[in-house]
Amino acid sequence: MSLSPHKPDSPNALIGRSVARPNAKRLLAGRGRYVTDIQLPRMLHAAFVRSPYAHANIVSIDTSCAATMRGVCLVATGEDLAKLCKPWVGTLDHFAGMKSPPQLPLAVGKVVWAGQAVVAVVAGTRAQAEDAIEHVAIEFEELEPVIDIDAARAIDATLINPDLGSNVAFHAKIESGNVEDAFRDAAAVIEKAYLFGRHTAVTLEPRAIIADYDPTEERLTVHHSTQTPYQFQDLYSRHYGLREARVRVVAPDVGGSFGMKLHVYHEDMAVVGLSIMSGRPVKFVADRIESFVSDIHARDHRIKARIAVEADGIIRGMDVDDVTAVGPFSTYPRTSVVEGNQVVRLIGAPYRFRNYRANLDVVFQNKVQTSQYRAVGHPIAFAVTEALVDSAARKLGIDPFEMRRRNIVTQDMYPYTSPTGYKFERLSHEACLDKLHALMDYPRLRREQAEFRRRGIHRGIGIAMFVEITNPSPAFYGVGGARISAQDGAVVKVTPSGEVHCLISVGEHGQGTETIVGQIIAEQLGIPMDAVRVFTGDTDITPHGGANWACRGAGIGGETALQAGRALKRNLLAVAAIILQARLEDLDMRDGEVVDAATGIPRISLAEIARICYFRSDTLPRDVTPQLSVAHHYSPKGYPFAFTNGVQACHVEVDVETGFVKILKVWVVEDCGRIINPMLVEEQVRGGVVQGLGAAFFEECLYSDNGQLRNGSLADYLVPMAGEMPDIEIAHVETPTLDTELGAKGCGEAGTAAASAAAMNAVNDAIAPLGVSVSQIPMTPQRLLRVLGYA
Amino acid sequence: MKARAFDYVRVSTIDDALAACARASGDFCYLAGGQSVVPSLSLRLQAPQLVIDISRIKEMRGIALIDGALRIGALTRHAEMLISPEIARHAPLLRLAAPHIAHPAIRNKGTIGGSIALADPAAEFPAVVLALDAELEIAGPDGRRRAKADGFFKGIYETGLEPGEILTAIIVPQFGENDRCAFDELARRHGDYALVGCAIQGRFAGNDVEAIRIAFLSAGPTQKRARNAEVVITGHRLSPKTIADAQSALELDLDPTEDEQTTATMRLHLARVLLGRVLGQFSCDSPRGGGRA
Repeated sequence: MSLSPHKPDSPNALIGRSVARPNAKRLLAGRGRYVTDIQLPRMLHAAFVRSPYAHANIVSIDTSCAATMRGVCLVATGEDLAKLCKPWVGTLDHFAGMKSPPQLPLAVGKVVWAGQAVVAVVAGTRAQAEDAIEHVAIEFEELEPVIDIDAARAIDATLINPDLGSNVAFHAKIESGNVEDAFRDAAAVIEKAYLFGRHTAVTLEPRAIIADYDPTEERLTVHHSTQTPYQFQDLYSRHYGLREARVRVVAPDVGGSFGMKLHVYHEDMAVVGLSIMSGRPVKFVADRIESFVSDIHARDHRIKARIAVEADGIIRGMDVDDVTAVGPFSTYPRTSVVEGNQVVRLIGAPYRFRNYRANLDVVFQNKVQTSQYRAVGHPIAFAVTEALVDSAARKLGIDPFEMRRRNIVTQDMYPYTSPTGYKFERLSHEACLDKLHALMDYPRLRREQAEFRRRGIHRGIGIAMFVEITNPSPAFYGVGGARISAQDGAVVKVTPSGEVHCLISVGEHGQGTETIVGQIIAEQLGIPMDAVRVFTGDTDITPHGGANWACRGAGIGGETALQAGRALKRNLLAVAAIILQARLEDLDMRDGEVVDAATGIPRISLAEIARICYFRSDTLPRDVTPQLSVAHHYSPKGYPFAFTNGVQACHVEVDVETGFVKILKVWVVEDCGRIINPMLVEEQVRGGVVQGLGAAFFEECLYSDNGQLRNGSLADYLVPMAGEMPDIEIAHVETPTLDTELGAKGCGEAGTAAASAAAMNAVNDAIAPLGVSVSQIPMTPQRLLRVLGYA
Repeated sequence: MKARAFDYVRVSTIDDALAACARASGDFCYLAGGQSVVPSLSLRLQAPQLVIDISRIKEMRGIALIDGALRIGALTRHAEMLISPEIARHAPLLRLAAPHIAHPAIRNKGTIGGSIALADPAAEFPAVVLALDAELEIAGPDGRRRAKADGFFKGIYETGLEPGEILTAIIVPQFGENDRCAFDELARRHGDYALVGCAIQGRFAGNDVEAIRIAFLSAGPTQKRARNAEVVITGHRLSPKTIADAQSALELDLDPTEDEQTTATMRLHLARVLLGRVLGQFSCDSPRGGGRA
């Protein structure tokens, strides 16, 4: 039996090949089936009356007029749904001392952000529901909104949640080594404040849900554009008092998620209650404005940080203070403090200094909730780290590459535990730095930069290293009390015609999970890719699992598929050995056939084995019952996380008269362990870089002083678009994790993790000769002109 | 969001459109390319009882040279500006500006008449018709009339059109042998509303600028000519000093507004930088059709 997935030259090799996505043609042809495409009999549509105020008491609600309008079936208030739905609280036990108030589907008594859903109208069409919401009369009494990041902690601050006694959701402190000593007598100390604006995911497909409650069987079916159907099965069942096994959550085609589609949203919870109240299917599809005011936002950090270095560039220590504003409460069930927690734990991670101190304050604010979005905390941690490292290098006159080489955690130091407690199995900083240096032809770029400077053209080169948290074990959520699985399951079965179906708990939302799972299964079984079909995202059908978040699909889902495929192969070879009266160890599977392992001569096809097992089992010995379906579960057991690493470079040209930045090129060298599909890894990295460049230059949720989102449309909120994006060249280093046989780690957040860091360093490198620097993202023309002394 | 229910009528002549307007008992709006009207209906920013679809009116289509002037039907789409030989020859400034308007899908539907009649302060064509010294052909309940582009744009979404009037065509003076034009704008992304934009057309006498019209977009509540800058340049060679003086004069010409992207001060600064760059493309030595598309 040839079982190694690591032999690209073996006859079955698919792991490591750029296999095209089997689902791409269907999706490109417009044959995708998203939630909004689903039309159920007797289906109704929901629309919501939203709060125009960021903070206000609800004095009265009059729905009498709306209730009588054409097509309206149901008008529900917060009190109505509170009778059905148990409140939820967005805290986790392992974040000691964190606080958050109970939440309900619709506002009860007061509203805490502009855009919060207050009243739901359910009607025959969405247009009718929207007609009716114009006739719901709500009287508000405005309260002082808490908008500014400092206002939350002011002595006389308005309390958003008076029962909690303060606007501070969470506080954490990390202290390692001796920071005071490190900063005393250091050759150089650099201190700076960094600002990171709010942005949001902007998935192509917005949030969408259909809840379909059948009172006769007390069964709830939810068609949901989500990355975590199992988590929502648990939540809908617990909060609406339904038996879990009678709640089915189906994620059909999902048009992007980026972490945005795994949080509890008030409208989604409401839609479940509205279906229970009406006894009919109820659909809600967020339009773009609703997405901007109700999808989670992310980032919004202000960090004061300092670095102490020796004269030779060796980093002595870092000291950071992070304040982040998360919205009026903490998001459920994964909280709004994970980002801040990861920021303070990831700062400095590529480097070997031991003196580190961090202070984290997470405060409430009358804006929409923030929570996990692609690369949670990483972009902020590495923007701060890498800006400090570059500033120190500049001050000491050390080249940025050399500065990093002198400080990284080196090969002889693994396994290595960071000052913040992260355990690194093995990273490849030296190899990545060397590869990047060659890939970008760094010396040539520096020569060219000098030449351009003489001509008054300001080009800059920015380097940024990163590590990335992937393959999370139960240490991430399970230990905190959340019913969020860290394991995954797969069922693999042979069809009567000899093809293979794989039902697996990891999902597909555009990143290519189906493809890599298919590759892994096909390689194990020696069958062509097109003989494997992968099914995901249906809690009634696919095995229970964690699904997709924190870059776990390839590393955990992939290992699950690998083990399941091997188990099925063992069963198939066992029955083949009996049929062929051969020894099992003399057989292998290649090209859809069981072959003689030594000669490769075909002995019997998979289709023939299936025919015999399913239709002529009478021809097999009495004591043989072939098992042509197998189930396998896998849970990470070794390191709490499989950390990955890499380094990015960004090349920009700054127009110092206009503040416009042309992004000339980005290079990424990344190490995600075993690469299952190079094309998909590279597209994940590119997409991630683009989102990072969006954060660096374009994307920001802008609020007025009274808490109104001012740019809630795609005309005003600038997502990164192809016209402004540079070529992104990618190279790889492969350091497989030894925790699994597959050896794969995650790659989905690597691009985002350091793209904005490299971009900020590049801009600062470009404008350094002018004696100025920028420390806020996005780096808009306005902000750059301000540091350049105009405007 | 979904639009509120409305009545819809499609007409095939200007007279039918005006008759439909006369019969309307409540609010109504005209629909041409729909690139602004349809989103505003969906967002319920407007909710008229009646939408009069004028997009099939033949007499509002076509581009023709008549009596030494180019008549451009108001229903001419932005994309047509990029391919029409008449536009390239007789009104190249329109061709220079068109690629800056949004994205191809929008340019395939949007019309020049719609852009001018809506008068979004960030739209390109209102500035272009000011620079071209164009005339606007208008049909209304009281008959047909012509209006100069100068003075037509009065404020944000506010024009010289009276209720019920339809902009039917744009009349552009023929591009002369010594005429030159240039256009550019500063937009955060390709296709975005510009932070500031500038359209220039003028005539050279040798190396001197004999006449020049400079119009800005996104530099105030409406598209506007920079008359002080024009005076500074007229009769002079485009020396660095002339350009610097013109840039200085913009303080008197423009009344920049503040928004999410820019303060008023920064907008004025950007307008000056842009004027310098567009004047750099505006030269007697450059091709007649403009320095850059």
